Amino acid sequence: MQDKLNSIPVRKTQWKFHGGLKLAGHKKQSMQTGIATAIVPEQLIIPLQQHIGRPAKPVITIGDKVLKGQCIATLKDPTSITAAIHAPSSGEVIAIETHAIPSMNRQTANCIIIKTDGEDRWLPSIKPVDNPTSLSSDTLKQLIIEAGIVGLGGAGFPTHLKLTAETKPLDTLIINAAECEPYITCDAVLIEEQADKIIQGIQIILHTIGIQHCLIGIEDDKPQAIQALQKALATINNHTIQLIQIPTRYPAGGEKQLIQVLTGKEVPLNKLPHDIGIVCHNIATVHAVTEAIKEGKPLIERVVTVTGDKLQQPKNMRVLIGTPMQDVLNECGYTESNDQSLIMGGPMMGIHLDSADYPVIKTTNCILVRKKQKQPVALPCIRCGECARVCPANLLPQQLYWYTRAKDLDRVQDYQIFSCIECGCCDYVCPSHIPLVQFYRYAKTEIWTQEADRKKSDHARERHEYRQFRLERKKAEDAERKAKKKALLNKKQGIKTPEQDSKKAAIEAALKRVKERQSEQAAIAKNTEGLTDEQQKKIDEVEQRRKNKLQKEKLNTKLEDN
Amino acid sequence: MMEMTAPGSITRIMLHVLYALIPGIIAYVIFFGWGVVINIIIAVITALTVEVVMLLLRKRPIKPYIMDGSAVVTAVLLALALPNLAPWWLIFIGVSFAIIVGKHLYGGLGYNPFNPAMIGYALLLISFPLEMTIWLQPDNTLSFAQSLNYALFSTLNNIDIDAMTMATTLDTVKTQSGLGQSFAAIQASAPAVFGQFAGKGWEWINLAFLLGGLWLLYRRVISWQIPVAFIGSIFIMSLLFYPFTETSPIYHLFGGATMLCAFFIATDPVTASTTPTGRLIYAAGIGVFAYIIRMWGGYPDGIAFGVLLMNMAAPTIDYYTRPKAFGEST
Repeated sequence: MQDKLNSIPVRKTQWKFHGGLKLAGHKKQSMQTGIATAIVPEQLIIPLQQHIGRPAKPVITIGDKVLKGQCIATLKDPTSITAAIHAPSSGEVIAIETHAIPSMNRQTANCIIIKTDGEDRWLPSIKPVDNPTSLSSDTLKQLIIEAGIVGLGGAGFPTHLKLTAETKPLDTLIINAAECEPYITCDAVLIEEQADKIIQGIQIILHTIGIQHCLIGIEDDKPQAIQALQKALATINNHTIQLIQIPTRYPAGGEKQLIQVLTGKEVPLNKLPHDIGIVCHNIATVHAVTEAIKEGKPLIERVVTVTGDKLQQPKNMRVLIGTPMQDVLNECGYTESNDQSLIMGGPMMGIHLDSADYPVIKTTNCILVRKKQKQPVALPCIRCGECARVCPANLLPQQLYWYTRAKDLDRVQDYQIFSCIECGCCDYVCPSHIPLVQFYRYAKTEIWTQEADRKKSDHARERHEYRQFRLERKKAEDAERKAKKKALLNKKQGIKTPEQDSKKAAIEAALKRVKERQSEQAAIAKNTEGLTDEQQKKIDEVEQRRKNKLQKEKLNTKLEDN
Repeated sequence: MMEMTAPGSITRIMLHVLYALIPGIIAYVIFFGWGVVINIIIAVITALTVEVVMLLLRKRPIKPYIMDGSAVVTAVLLALALPNLAPWWLIFIGVSFAIIVGKHLYGGLGYNPFNPAMIGYALLLISFPLEMTIWLQPDNTLSFAQSLNYALFSTLNNIDIDAMTMATTLDTVKTQSGLGQSFAAIQASAPAVFGQFAGKGWEWINLAFLLGGLWLLYRRVISWQIPVAFIGSIFIMSLLFYPFTETSPIYHLFGGATMLCAFFIATDPVTASTTPTGRLIYAAGIGVFAYIIRMWGGYPDGIAFGVLLMNMAAPTIDYYTRPKAFGEST
């Protein structure tokens, strides 16, 4: 065995990314025990949208009985950014309603709420596939779509959308096992316990994409996980899958940073890994793929690190999607108090939550309970440049801050704000303790809003211009038709005062129209006869408002035109 | 909300700067007596008082801004640049101007375009040229009490000031070479101002500032670009013009305020260029200006004007030296 292990070398990488931080890991505390399984909660709250993109469409109704693994919401179109959702346990759908979801700005979303029956009964029609590589790429892709798998490392991007090349043929699969943020260990323990399934998943994905080459990037502070992967790799004897040890440096797990560390390639500005033939998947996602294909288990649970100095029993747990965080925390010795912060995710990029009344979702990799940090007073920026030294995107955070404060959004874009990955390295080192990332988020939102507004008014103007054009075209066409008719008449009848006749007819017709309109109006006006002064005043007010609005819109279009 | 932060703070940076100045101050005292310490005491008291008044007027919280230590650093740097036999009002005017006009009128710490200490120094140099040239000679016998007496009452009682003071090395060389004397002849005629390899006393003070500066680099309080580019440009300039000026690169590197500027003045982050490449250009620019003014300008040393000139250029330099963002070069 030892010989075999040695035959699988762990390569060290020769590349690195700009900046980054060496952070205290805080990883040991949650790695004392293996992965525990969380109790099935009484109620599951499953958001229809757990990632960027569009919500899934429910396929059950209130009152339906569901079984574990049954699809409860689906996607209309496999190319849209949506993923299917399955019942994490058996029970009854008691509501489809809005509920708070863990998000940066306290959003709510439509959620399916299932009252569990405690039996945890599986759907009987589950079909495991023993030999996935015998299936076609399209079949595998369809199975992955049906299993509702999304990226479990970060933003939860639907996995099936990252299985085909869009612009350039893919040549390299990169597996992200870096897990660079402090406290989080869910990937490390999953590797230690399920390395075989992970390697199988890599093979499935390679087969689905139709490529051979794979690099697994893992930080060197996880020797046991590295060993587990080595062992699993030794059993398959496949040399196109390479394990690469990278230095522990935050944020090595950022997609573009990891690509650079593993391959030395920089993903060009405003492009995706796809564009340089690379696709990245998180290690937990790969594990979910194996479970979906080989065991027929859709994505209904994930490993969550529940940790922090304020918990008595920090550990990693297998948690059903939709489990209220409160239930998970209760199993780890959590007591509510005012001197602690509750965070979903890690301390650098996580989201602060105001309570534990949120469900665990597909992207919940960590629930962190820490002693509340004293927030130091923010002082002015002294342009020391520490932030630029640590910025993994090689930006000038001090200049971005300066121009954001000045609301000079054009300049902010010149300084490439959209390359910012919000990793928080600049926040961490800032000697003035300025919450820089908050400023960048603000600037990004502001730029997006302005752009959306501009698009909207552009669209309105285009429509208006097209209408003008249509009216004029119609006028011209009518005139032409009339002239033709007239010419034709003249030809037929000789030159017998046709003009006078047509004029007379026109006048008569016009008079008739006016009369008609008058009588119409009289009919309408009956509603406004005998109004009290108060009612009349109200109507006038409404009329005035309408006029003002029209005027304003006109002014706006004028301004836009200028 | 920030969950994890590095232990750094502005206060820590400023304290480091002050610690790093200590060797230079000690060397200064050894060669020129207590005058510089008295300068520093008066300057710091003035700076803190003026800072508090300005913060009150601007309705800013006193404690966090006083604790940042930037006013003290400005005061000490200006005190080190002033003659070591200066009346209190000279220091008071210089420091007040530096803090009020140089800093607060621009919006306070972080918003001032010019190095406050150098603004104060330039004002004094232009307004009080006579007082700015009264320098004690090295190895003088003035006691602390006598120095203090001079600072407060502008008199040395029974001692003749002229007997205790003399032009600085840079000043002597400039004046004499202006009269057509060769460097060797100047050295022979005024041995009192020359030491082992540069100005007497000044060579050791410069070495001590270099030592403190290297510690700042080691502690990562300052980045390498500014000191390296500044020292490099002084070196290249003095080497290029060595045949004409007869003053060696060593004489320039360890003369006047070269090392103080390289590690403590030009490195003021607020007024310097903020990009890595920009810092190289910025500091090299100061070196060029400082050398030109030192050799051919109307003042014995050109560092203050060099710094102020490059302060003006810093925003433009920053704009044109933005590093390529991730993926931008491919």
